[in-house]
Order: sequence, then structure tokens, then C-alpha cells
Amino acid sequence: MMKTGFREHGSRITKGLVLFISTVLLAFPFYWMLIATFKQNLDLYTVENNPFILNAKPTLDHLRLLFNETRYVRWLGNTALVGVIVVVITLLLAIPAAYALTRLAGRWGQRLGIGIFLTYLVPPTLLFIPLSRVVALLGLQDTIWSVVLVYPSFTVPFSIWLLMAFFKSIPRELEDAAMVDGLTRFGAFVKMVIPISISGILTVVIFTFTLVTQEFVYALTFISPESQQMVGVGIPIFLVRGDVYFWGSLMAACLIASLPIAFLYNLFLDRFIAGFTVGAIK
Amino acid sequence: MAVVETRNLTKVFKQGELGAVNNVNLKTREGEFLVFLGPSGSGKTTLLRMIAGLEMPTAGEILIGDQVVNHLAPRERRIAMVFQSYALYPHLSVYKNIAFPLKAQKVKKELHKEKVEWAASLLGISSLLHRKPRELSGGERQRVALARAIVREPSVFLLDEPLSNLDAKLRLSAREELERFHRRIGTTTIYVTHDQVEAMAMGDRIVVLNKGVVHHFGTPKEVYDEPADTFVATFLGSPPMNLIENGDVIVGFRPEHFRLSETLDEAKVTFKFHVENVEYLGAEYILSGSLLGGRFEGKEVIARLLLGHAYEPGTTYEFAVPERHLKFFDRSTEKRVEARALTWQ
Repeated sequence: MMKTGFREHGSRITKGLVLFISTVLLAFPFYWMLIATFKQNLDLYTVENNPFILNAKPTLDHLRLLFNETRYVRWLGNTALVGVIVVVITLLLAIPAAYALTRLAGRWGQRLGIGIFLTYLVPPTLLFIPLSRVVALLGLQDTIWSVVLVYPSFTVPFSIWLLMAFFKSIPRELEDAAMVDGLTRFGAFVKMVIPISISGILTVVIFTFTLVTQEFVYALTFISPESQQMVGVGIPIFLVRGDVYFWGSLMAACLIASLPIAFLYNLFLDRFIAGFTVGAIK
Repeated sequence: MAVVETRNLTKVFKQGELGAVNNVNLKTREGEFLVFLGPSGSGKTTLLRMIAGLEMPTAGEILIGDQVVNHLAPRERRIAMVFQSYALYPHLSVYKNIAFPLKAQKVKKELHKEKVEWAASLLGISSLLHRKPRELSGGERQRVALARAIVREPSVFLLDEPLSNLDAKLRLSAREELERFHRRIGTTTIYVTHDQVEAMAMGDRIVVLNKGVVHHFGTPKEVYDEPADTFVATFLGSPPMNLIENGDVIVGFRPEHFRLSETLDEAKVTFKFHVENVEYLGAEYILSGSLLGGRFEGKEVIARLLLGHAYEPGTTYEFAVPERHLKFFDRSTEKRVEARALTWQ
């Protein structure tokens, strides 16, 4: 009795410890960004100061610089707009494609699916030069439409691959039943397959949106004007001037941009995990 | 209600390979409970799926209610199907599952509630209507699947191994329930199974299939007592029929007809039976061993006997089969042939 009680106690301490360490590890970057946002420059640069706390009165100077002297809000807007459009395009292309490849294309579907996924592995650093020709030919350079065009080239393959795993886990009998019960194949797809795959589709939405917000190479090479920037490029370009880093404003910009995504992840965490582990058990 | 008929129905999945279903000609009777029985891979499910419209036939015709339905989609065939996994819609409540066919077939909305409640009460699941499928037991799921099938009052029921997901005890009660259910609604039903006991117990008639070919089509009694060939003879019955080769015929007899010679006072064929193993099953014995002496030396056979006499492994007994219970099959075609006189020693 004593022994098991001891062991239980021990395992609870271990669990708590692991939880505590990972929480600190994950929350620390946010904390760091938060205090840097409100630190006075003198406080930031004085080496003797304890870097983990505010050593002087907090200041709003960095936020003022960020919002008044850069087009930060515009960048956020650009990014959100591109994100939404790319998500819509990705869903419109990837959901039917993944379904067709899993259910209709027979044995070739699987191979084709892998082939499509392989295109995702070609790095943007190789592709941005030829793609910039395409963008220029279409007259899209220096507008957000250039990235709206290019981003689906990597979000769609990945999403197809992810959704294929999802659709494969849906028993065929469900669609058969729906078809016997009175739906067409397309009806069964819309009313049965999509509602059941909602966690997979949510995963695709979050994943695509995150990719759009963090993408750098294409956004940097295709767009120059300040008003057309994506947030991930605008921040380092306009808040690092020469060799001067506006640390406070940089941190504030990153914090504000990352919070909604962190929040989204948390909201759908369970479904998100289900999306990535589909087929792992059973 | 309707009669289902297939004419030379064939399904070949891969060109050049043997068909999954070959030239099947069947006709149900009005309101009949027809069972497709066969081992896995015998084509019974493919046959059912073709009747449902989920699989396109390679050749042949399917008729439901005297109308060729080959070109009709599943939803246009006025059928209902219960699947092996039940295929309940996981994201919908039991109520919505049952109402689903009504909604999909655009039945007037005012009628939904009444019809769902009728189907649910028929199967005793009225109290489960607000639950999700994952919150139901195996037996309850089956009932929901059945309720979903009857709610639109189909002309034909197709059931694909609906009991195979239940444990043995539940299977028996679910089977009885299905039988009662069929008697009550009287709709033509086609039932697919690999379980001969289910087939014998439930079927008005049985279609025995193997490798896509119909081996026997008859009542349970015909199929059991007068098997059309050696496949049917050995597939039905547990333990299966004993087969021994004698000249150009194969002679078969059921284990329950293989008895102590002294208990039989009719025309019979006697054998020396060396018992090697005795299984006591409560109500009966299963004896396995081999024949001794003569041309059948070493041939393994099984006997199934009621209690009353004790048998010792390692002992040789005088056993016999009444002549009227001997079945004769052609040795090359394995088809049933007329009884004939043979030399036995």
C-alpha cells in the first residue's frame, strides 16, 4: 500500500514538473516579446539590468512608432486578406481533388497523391526566380495578388495529401449507405464526407493560414511597396533601418501578429491533433 | 413489395481474370427471405451490391418488380440496405439518422416525425432518438440501422452480414429479432452471410455461392439433405459431411447418420471405425477417427452422436450408415448423381 501510494505521488510530481517545464518553455517567447514591447530603450540596452523584468517605467513609445510610423495595420490587413483568399482557393481545389484521388482514381490515385505531395518538397528558394517571371508576365508584381497566385502552389499539394489520409479513414459503406438512402454521389460527398471530415478541413484552414503568414521568400521578392507588404516581410524591412534594430517595436509587431494564430490553434487544438494523427490508431 | 430477379448476372473486376460473380440467375418470391450463403470471396456481397446499384454489372440484367434497373442509381431502386458496419452517420443523432432517407428522398417535412417515431417504436428504440451513434451498443446500432432502412418503406431489403459485428450471445437474440421483424413487415429480403447456421435458421431459401457461381438454390432442407455437389455438402453442416471415394463416385454421409451398427436395423453399410478423439459437448459427442480395413483404410471420418453410450479413444467400433442416407457424387464433376449399388469391401 505504502509503496503504490508513494509511486502515485511520484508520478504526479513528475507529471507536474513536465507540464511546468513545457509551459515555461512555450510561454517564454511571448513573455519576452511582451516585456520588450514596454521596455524603455535605455532599459533594453543596459547590460547590467536584469533582462527578465522591467527595470524602469514601462513606455508606449515602441507601439507608437509601430502604429504611427509604419503601415503595420495595413500589413496585417494584407496578410489577413491574402490568408483568407488562399484558404478559400486551397479548400476549393484540395477537397475535391483529395476525394477524387482517394475514392475514384483507383490504384493510381495513391501514386498520384504521392506525386502531388512531392511537388510540395521543392523549396521556394529554387522556385522564386522562375515564378517571378510568371508574376511579371501576368503583371502582378508589387501587388498582393502575386502571392495569392503563388501560395496555393504549396498549400494545395500539402492539403490534398492531408485530406486524402482523412477521406481514406471514412468507411466507404457510409457513402454507399447515403447513396442507397437517396443521395447522388456528389450529394453524399457534400452532405456526408465533408461534415465528417470537418476536423481535417479545419486543419487545412489553420495550416494554410499559418503558412501564408510566415512565408518570406516569395513575399520579399515579388512585392516592394510599403503599402502592399505582408506582415512577415514588412516588419524586418521597415523596423530594421541600416544596422539599427527597433527591438521594442519589432517585438510588439511579432506579438500582435502571433497572438491570433496562437489563439486559433488553442481553440481547435483537439481537432487539429485529430487531423494530424488520423489513421494512426484503428 | 417486389420480386428481385437476376439474369446471367456477371461481374468481372479485372479483365482477363475470373469473375467475382459469374452468370447468376435467380428469382426471389414475393415477401421471401432469401439468403446468399458462401465463404469469404464467394461473390455474395458483390452480388448484393450489384442488386443495390453500388456496383455496375459487367454483363446481365437485374430486375426489381419486373423492371430492369441496371441503369438506375441506388437511390432510384426503392431498396434499403443494412451494412455490415451498419454505416450509421456518426455526426447525426439517431433521430436524424432515421430521418435521413426521408430528407434525402424529399418526403414532406411534416411526415418525418411521425414516420421516424413509427420506425423507432417498431424496433423499440424510441428512447434513444437523441443519442449519437457512438453512444449506442452493438445491438442498438443494429436496430437503428434497421429503423433507418424501414422508415421509407422500401420494396426490397438488402442485408449485408448485419450480425457479424455482434458477440455470440447477442447474435442469437438479434437473429430472432430479425426473423420476427421480417414476419411482421413481410418485405422481400435478401440476406448475405457466411454463417451456415444463420442461413439455415432464417432463410426461406438459400443460395449457396462459391467463386461467383451458384452451387445450389433451394430451401434449407433441400440444401442440407440433398446437396447439389460436394462443395454444398461440406460447406453446410458442422461438422461437415464425410466424403469417401469409392470407384468413380464420391460417397457422402452426415456425421449424425454415422452410428453404432447394432442400433441400426435397416439396410446399411458397415465400417470399422477406429476412434481417435472424443469431444464431449454436453448434449452430444463428436468422435473423430479413421476407418479400418478394406479399401477405405485410414480414411478420416467424423461421427456425431447423442449421449447414451460411452466411447473410448483408441478403441475400434463397428459403425454403420443407413443406405438411404448415402449421397452420391460424380468423382470428376463433383455433382450429385443417382444412388447406385456399390461394392464396399
